[in-house]
Amino acid sequence: MSIFSSFKTFRGGVHPPEFKELTRDQSFEIMPDPKRVILPLRQHIGKDAKPLVKKGVEVKAGEIIAESDGFISSPVFSPVNGKVISVGKETNSSGFPKEAIVIETNGSTDTQKLEKLEFSTVTGAEIIERVKHAGIVGQGGAAFPTFVKLTPNKDRIIDYIILNGCECEPYLTRDERLMLDRSHDVVSGLLLMMKALELKKGYIGVEDNKPEAIEALQKAAAPFSEIELAVVRTKYPQGAEKMLIKAVTGREVPPGKLPLDVGVVIQNIGTAVAVYDSVVKGEPQITASVTVSGLGLNNPKNLIVKVGTPLADVLEFCGGAKENAKRVIVGGPMMGFAQYDFSAPIMKATSGILVLTEDEINTHEQTPCLKCGMCVEVCPLNLIPTKLARYSQLDKTEEAENLGISVCMECGTCTYTCPANIPLVQWIRLGKQRVNQMNSEKKTA
Amino acid sequence: MTTITANPSYRLDLTSSPHLHSRWSTKQAMWLVIAALIPSVVSALIYFGISQILIIFVCIFFAMGTEALIKFIRKREISILDGSAAITGLLLALILPPGFSPVFAAVGSVVAIGVGKEVFGGLGYNIFNPALVGRAFLQAAFPVQMTTWKINNYNIDSVTTATPLSMLKFDGKSTAFGNLFMGNINGSLGETSALAILIGGIALVIVGVVNYRVPLAMILGLMLFGGVFWLVDPVKFSSPVFHLFAGGFLFGAFFMATDWVTSPITAKGMWIYGLMISLIIIMVRLFGGLPEGVMYAILLMNAFVPLINRYTRPRIFGVKK
Repeated sequence: MSIFSSFKTFRGGVHPPEFKELTRDQSFEIMPDPKRVILPLRQHIGKDAKPLVKKGVEVKAGEIIAESDGFISSPVFSPVNGKVISVGKETNSSGFPKEAIVIETNGSTDTQKLEKLEFSTVTGAEIIERVKHAGIVGQGGAAFPTFVKLTPNKDRIIDYIILNGCECEPYLTRDERLMLDRSHDVVSGLLLMMKALELKKGYIGVEDNKPEAIEALQKAAAPFSEIELAVVRTKYPQGAEKMLIKAVTGREVPPGKLPLDVGVVIQNIGTAVAVYDSVVKGEPQITASVTVSGLGLNNPKNLIVKVGTPLADVLEFCGGAKENAKRVIVGGPMMGFAQYDFSAPIMKATSGILVLTEDEINTHEQTPCLKCGMCVEVCPLNLIPTKLARYSQLDKTEEAENLGISVCMECGTCTYTCPANIPLVQWIRLGKQRVNQMNSEKKTA
Repeated sequence: MTTITANPSYRLDLTSSPHLHSRWSTKQAMWLVIAALIPSVVSALIYFGISQILIIFVCIFFAMGTEALIKFIRKREISILDGSAAITGLLLALILPPGFSPVFAAVGSVVAIGVGKEVFGGLGYNIFNPALVGRAFLQAAFPVQMTTWKINNYNIDSVTTATPLSMLKFDGKSTAFGNLFMGNINGSLGETSALAILIGGIALVIVGVVNYRVPLAMILGLMLFGGVFWLVDPVKFSSPVFHLFAGGFLFGAFFMATDWVTSPITAKGMWIYGLMISLIIIMVRLFGGLPEGVMYAILLMNAFVPLINRYTRPRIFGVKK
């Protein structure tokens, strides 16, 4: 193993307060099974899984209850022992009701497992088959089915796999804890994915604000010369795919293209652990490791939670919210979703639940744009956020498209920085939708 | 259902991400600029007498008053507490000659805010630096008063009432660097002390209100363009270091050209803008009819800012040239 550091980075970005100290020193606590779990059929990008159970059926923990439907899809397993009480639309942390299976638990904690595969002898094809069958999805936020990324077209040339351990979102310490507590499994998960992809070179990218995690990985990866630890500068959004690939390899993923197009596969730390667990321990993806944090929460924790657990149960397990709680977010504070219905469930790729106070959110009065250029300075994709937002506001969709509005990855760096407190990325989001609408109308016309 | 949903005292927000915001606000940035001008105010009062505080107060008062009145007439929210009108008034006062008539100063403030800013729609929409618009108006309306310099209290060497730049241009006399740096020379109220300007200006760059590129580009540009002529003929043309500390250059570089609203937003644009301002300054100072060119150089380049922004858009990430 070799290590390189530390000035690798990208242009732009910001340094929001980290608040990681709230949970950084806490190992994962296992939360007991909730009374009921809600399991959306789509916890991934792609097509809904097809339910295999009906109302009234008894299911066991670890039993498959919805199968993959089509190429880009992922199966769902019951995380608990109990009875299916409904199959239908349920609230969802995305804000829209989605098809889901609801199971009432019966208190028994036995779990069915898949056949365990031997780490040293397992073949690439077996790894891919297992990752697909166990319903593993990317833990970085987008929840792309992991096996799809492990089976690229034969004509693609892939040079590297990069394991993303940046965790650049404030508050979240889930990946950091995984790197510390399960450093050997992280490395083994990476080796398994390298075997599946037939790669000779794997990187682990970690921001330099996690020295203990870096040390742990260094030890765990020491025997493997094919793994390189890339220590990158701490800066938001260093964990964005494009930014990490740029920092580690110097390559730029063009607008509208994928990491594959520049010969890179990128996976999250949590995904590596899930891959390891599915292959070596025979565990389907029925738990999520989440950071539950924020100054508005009584007892911030890192938790291992059953997928499908309602947010309310998790918040209560962490001592509930304080009087001055102002916003509840699923995900990180820079790109996560504010919640209004706490019966929404934890999903396979949920990384955090945050309860924020007014103090942390820190809003100011909005003023007209002062053309200070700070949004241009910080935009990691070199866009001109103020102009894009303005075009969006004026409904100048074509001009916005010409200026590259669709390139925006909505990291929120511009809105975070703007001294005039203009909701730049929010306007840009609207503008992107209008561009899509315009283009699909053009196609049909 | 549970504590968080059952307790009516929670009034939760629902907004889209990001859910954090930096400590920056318009108001905070404006008051930081005012704070950074305090050393220059102090130098003005030391060198030209405590009585000069009157011009400063008159300018700030009329600037804020004009803005409030126009907002009132237009039935808009009166936003004078954001500090931007106060900055315009203060900046204008600091680039007026010491002993300038408070009545004329008031007129200049009204023009600065009225014509320089509110005509365009107020904060954020003006093309030209409002304080410089006010000064340009006064220069045209009261040319004699604008070039009559009250003698600096500490300027023991000089019996003339000329500034270093006009002494150089019209009498061929140079000024000691020490005096130029400390500010015991004749000149506009806040422009004489390079030391005071650098204290405030560098502080603004460090806290991030002012981007380093514009002042740096101006300084490097002045060294470059001034240096070329100086090397060609050091007798005829004075050294670029003299030009750096003389007149309104440093004040312009740190407090005028860096005005957010009227300067470029792209990195490359800031460099071009700063370099061009210095080129014009050198041309005016060396070959023009006036001793000083900072004001016109900045106003002229203000007009080019939209064009500069348009042609210096950064390369979008991942797009090959």
